[in-house]
Amino acid sequence: MLTFLARRVLLLLATLLVASFAIFVVLEVLPGDAALLMLGIEAQPDTLAALRDQMGLDRPALSRYLAWVGGLAAGETGVSYTYGVPVSQLISERMSVTLPLALMALVLSVVIAIPIGMLAATRRGTVRDYGVMGFSQIGMAVPNFWFAILSILFFAVLLGWFPASGFPGWEAGVRKALWALVLPAISLALPEAAILARVTRTAVLDTLEADYVRMARAKGLGPRRVLWSHVLRNALVPITTIIGLQFAFLLAGSIVVEAVFALPGLGRLTFQAVSKRDLIVLRDVILLLVTLVVIVNFLVDIAYAVIDPRARYAA
Amino acid sequence: MTRTIRFGVAVVLAATLSFLTGAYAQPKDSLTIGLTLEPPHLDPTAGAAAAIDEVVYANVFEGLTRIDENGAVQPQLAESWTVSYDGRVYTFTLKDGVLFHDGTSFDAHDVVFALDRARAEESVNAQKPLFAAIDRVEAVDLRTVRIFLSRPEGRLLFNLGWGDAVMVAPESANNNKVTPIGTGPYKFDRWVRGSHVRLIAVADDRPLQRVTFRFLPDPSAQVAALRAGDIDAVANLQAPEALIALRSDPNFEVAVGSTEGETILAINNARPPLNDVRVRRAIAHAIDRQTIIDGAMFGFGTPIGTHFAPHHPAYLDLRSASHYDVAKARGLLAEAGQPDLKLTLKLPPPTYARRGGEIVAAQLKEIGIEAEIIPLEWGQWLEQVFRGKNYDLTIVSHTEPLDIGIYGRDGYYFNYDSPDFRALMQRLNDTSDSSARNRILGESQRLIAADAVNAYMFQLAKLGVWRKGLTGMWQNAPVQANDVTGVRWK
Repeated sequence: MLTFLARRVLLLLATLLVASFAIFVVLEVLPGDAALLMLGIEAQPDTLAALRDQMGLDRPALSRYLAWVGGLAAGETGVSYTYGVPVSQLISERMSVTLPLALMALVLSVVIAIPIGMLAATRRGTVRDYGVMGFSQIGMAVPNFWFAILSILFFAVLLGWFPASGFPGWEAGVRKALWALVLPAISLALPEAAILARVTRTAVLDTLEADYVRMARAKGLGPRRVLWSHVLRNALVPITTIIGLQFAFLLAGSIVVEAVFALPGLGRLTFQAVSKRDLIVLRDVILLLVTLVVIVNFLVDIAYAVIDPRARYAA
Repeated sequence: MTRTIRFGVAVVLAATLSFLTGAYAQPKDSLTIGLTLEPPHLDPTAGAAAAIDEVVYANVFEGLTRIDENGAVQPQLAESWTVSYDGRVYTFTLKDGVLFHDGTSFDAHDVVFALDRARAEESVNAQKPLFAAIDRVEAVDLRTVRIFLSRPEGRLLFNLGWGDAVMVAPESANNNKVTPIGTGPYKFDRWVRGSHVRLIAVADDRPLQRVTFRFLPDPSAQVAALRAGDIDAVANLQAPEALIALRSDPNFEVAVGSTEGETILAINNARPPLNDVRVRRAIAHAIDRQTIIDGAMFGFGTPIGTHFAPHHPAYLDLRSASHYDVAKARGLLAEAGQPDLKLTLKLPPPTYARRGGEIVAAQLKEIGIEAEIIPLEWGQWLEQVFRGKNYDLTIVSHTEPLDIGIYGRDGYYFNYDSPDFRALMQRLNDTSDSSARNRILGESQRLIAADAVNAYMFQLAKLGVWRKGLTGMWQNAPVQANDVTGVRWK
């Protein structure tokens, strides 16, 4: 297990190094002068020069890259061009919205998808199965921003149950804060749940036909016992893979959903950093997203080992 | 079993909902305004972003003068002033007993500091030309400041009313980006980045004790937030299509006002065959302004015939110089020997440009010009069009007040090079009498219209929407600001 962990950590570091280089190169060739974007079209040349100098844009690319990576290694992030505060502060403020949102959406998607997926598989070919498949088809086809706008119109404008948008902040009370995240989380979770339900159905159907299931039935176990402890456990491997992949999609999908709901999350920060060419923020945020995805994959690997003892030796 | 679960979930949801409903009701001494863009920081003297002024101008920061809703100059921190006979020395008498929000007092030394800081070599003030005529600033006594000019500058009082010229204190100026300290009736309370900025009244007897600016990038989210009661007003709604529905809603008041945004089809005057005035005139005659306003802006916008705001006293209606006339435009092109022309039309992201661009391209086609539409991000637009001058046509709104002077600037992106125009600007600088200035401004408008430097399309409208019962919101936007100092609930 220790070597497994050590290998994983080394792999993570290598991935991050490669990712950081790629991010830096891509941002470097991006058109648009950050100083000009900030000062606008009426800016004077000497003002521009002063700002470029302040931002260090005149230094060679390699030295800026090394300064960035070196700073990160020492645990220091840069100061945002646009906001004038350290990036670490911005990110931690934003993560306090996006992380709960993504987790809430993930939990919702799992809680919805796994029961209905299992239901569809065990009642294959019945009205319930078609109902679940229909829901899944619609859920995948509906764009989440559209669903988001509809749910705002219905639940916030018409019924007034939820705030239409925005986030009151955690200091306004946990209840208020979580309440503001409900509609966004549903909008994020819906397409993920649709996919997950489908995957669950297929995985359960596959396992239902396995010999050991027939064996379990033959030795006289009740259908519920067979389903929950024999079928589900084996079906969980593909399901876990999809959940892991979906976490990355949830973080990415939050860019759109956070814009519609005006939530001050990581997605908004990314979007704003792109439009303002705040490269200092952008590169750290992208690197953070890469790190999160790599860590989630790592957790998925561990989950495999927990679910399926054979995976412990294979690793 | 599933039915039971479904029922259970419904019960739990309903119980929670009824418990929480009404938690978002607004007391009437506070105001929440929805803005599209979040400011990058809150120091109006260190950035061009209009979103900064939209939060802090007049509310948090004050200048020696201020610009009111109609674009006129009013006294602010200077209660009165005198101008020397030759127009080169301005003497300001400051208001007494003014304090900055951190408790330090405001006096003549702060004026010297603020103006010297703004015009210093290393200053990153986005509007340094505002201060170009200032030679030195001197504190005569604590309440008297004298500004000496190197040349007469007729616009000085107007310039001092800009957000870029507000008064800041030496003790706090460096932190203004994060914690702005001004002299205005509202002080900065907190900024939840990505969400809102909250200001609170300095005095207890203000009708509005708390003013919150909420940032809602999506126009449909703005409308939903208004309807749901999350916000009380949207200062400038970016979705003209939604305005029609809000107009008929008895809960809201809609105010269509004017801005300083001249929206033009800019022409690269240096690039053949666009260096031929006949080709440029042909383009100007090919443009049907009303169709563009109807098609791209749902009818909101005032057609213009020159680069000048229609609400300004010096404005001349010169639309007839470039009236819509396809036959005339074709004739001009034939005369110039350019019957089949292919041009690029580079469009930045705003709706006026993207939607307007398609209509412009269709209208140019009528006179035999093939305009290839190239959509660009702002960064690319600044790089290629504004800085690189690598374009034939582009659509952009020039939003600074009284910015006709850009036509006299060297190497400005539309490459207009006219000694006559520069001479007019020189005369304007040397004139401080306002009617004489207006005459010169009229001449300049005529010149750029006759030269068809650009095709002038329309003045951007300000589409304000607010809950009934709110008074004092600005209808026009002569500066990009949301001055809430005169706003109250009825």
